[in-house]
Amino acid sequence: MPKLIVGPVADIPPGGRKLVEAEGRRIVVFNLSGEFFALSDRCPHQGGSLCAGLVSGHVESPEPGVYHYARRGEMIRCPWHYWEFDIRTGKSWFDPKRVQVRQYPAHVERGAALVEGPYTAETFPVRVEDEYVVVEA
Amino acid sequence: MGNGMLGGYRPIDCDLHPMVPGMRALAPYVDAFWADQVAERGITTLDSQSWPVASPKTIRADWRGPNGRGAESVEQLRAQVLDRFGVETAILNPLYGVQLVLNADMAVAFTRALNDWTRAEWLDRDDRLRASIVLPMQDVAAAVAEIERLAPDRRFVQVLALALGENPLGKRSYWPIYEACVRHNLPLGIHAGSAYRHPQTSVGWTSWYLEEYAANQQGFQSSLASLLTEGALVKFPALKVVLLESGVTWLPAFLWRLQKVWKGVRFEIPWVDRLPAEIIRDQVRLTVQPFDAPAEAVPRVLDHLRSDRMLLWASDWPHWQFDGDAAVPPGLPEALLPRLLRENALATYDRIREGVPA
Repeated sequence: MPKLIVGPVADIPPGGRKLVEAEGRRIVVFNLSGEFFALSDRCPHQGGSLCAGLVSGHVESPEPGVYHYARRGEMIRCPWHYWEFDIRTGKSWFDPKRVQVRQYPAHVERGAALVEGPYTAETFPVRVEDEYVVVEA
Repeated sequence: MGNGMLGGYRPIDCDLHPMVPGMRALAPYVDAFWADQVAERGITTLDSQSWPVASPKTIRADWRGPNGRGAESVEQLRAQVLDRFGVETAILNPLYGVQLVLNADMAVAFTRALNDWTRAEWLDRDDRLRASIVLPMQDVAAAVAEIERLAPDRRFVQVLALALGENPLGKRSYWPIYEACVRHNLPLGIHAGSAYRHPQTSVGWTSWYLEEYAANQQGFQSSLASLLTEGALVKFPALKVVLLESGVTWLPAFLWRLQKVWKGVRFEIPWVDRLPAEIIRDQVRLTVQPFDAPAEAVPRVLDHLRSDRMLLWASDWPHWQFDGDAAVPPGLPEALLPRLLRENALATYDRIREGVPA
């Protein structure tokens, strides 16, 4: 799978996100406390741009009136109909088996490793001393 | 018994309405204070405008007696429904205007009297009869007490509230009632009709009988949405809810909208942690008089329901829902009849099942 260099790690701070395009596909990359996750920007429902959505936490309830709120910042809601997806997995909350956003592997690599390879980074120079977010897309 | 025209199915009729002739009939069932109050205040009747006696819909023409009224005796019930259709078991849902009374003490006294009247004048006179406990929803504690008072009589198989009542039925203040229902294996029956605490529509008071009758459908939708969203169905997964004289065909379209929006805003009600339609398919039942569809549309509606367990047969006696002997709405497939006429009711009403030989 070809690797796409999204940009320097410093460009996407924790809690941040960045939209990139690779061969016509729009991919949104999230930073969750230093871990990077990449999802298709296209909501599987009707194609809304997830990058434009609200990031929130996950609420569950053991019984009516009780709210267990956790994982702040780890759920993305499509701006069109508010369907919520787990940024870590791309799975929807209400039907995780059937309704998912496509997920792409994302990780951090040192520039020194990247300048060697046949990778795509057309809009910015890759410097060996920096770290970069890389998506396999 | 058993040799009427549906007798081969051993049908269970889930919605019949004995009609109280007037307050004089309830007088033996209230204490001396309330008996005198009824006389002194000149309270003659509690007929509700939800079911005006003279309306063609309230009593089918050929089921009216010489006095213009109907459903006043077990003899009429036998001739018009039980023997005629071969009904094995029939659930009486008395509709009398006790829910309209604003004085909670009077309401409780009259509602208890209504339930005792049903027991003495109907249940004691035919073994095929069962009944709902009419609840005085004006006072939740009194409603629970009425359940506790009558639940030991296993012929009471359900509790009864109105679709357009005091407040949305899912509100947590009502939960002691549902807890009692579960404890005693009593489904919550919700019947069309208003307590007139609020306009019969969310946009205001109606002008016509027609308008009000149709508006009950919105009341059922709101009641159902309330029971779901407030968490009553989740809190009491063993609670069955039976919609009576609700119509059927509105349900799939309503669920579509409810579930579609839930996917986006389910965080409001995180206790609803699976598809609303699944919860409702598991816990909600509907009687099929009226059904509200032409025969050719019925298979499509059944397909939308995605369940053959939800529908219960009812004559809705003496309400005029059908002519002649067409007691099963046209278009329902024959393959559904065993469930519709009997098995679904047995699965819904534990108290009927326990008394029935296999």
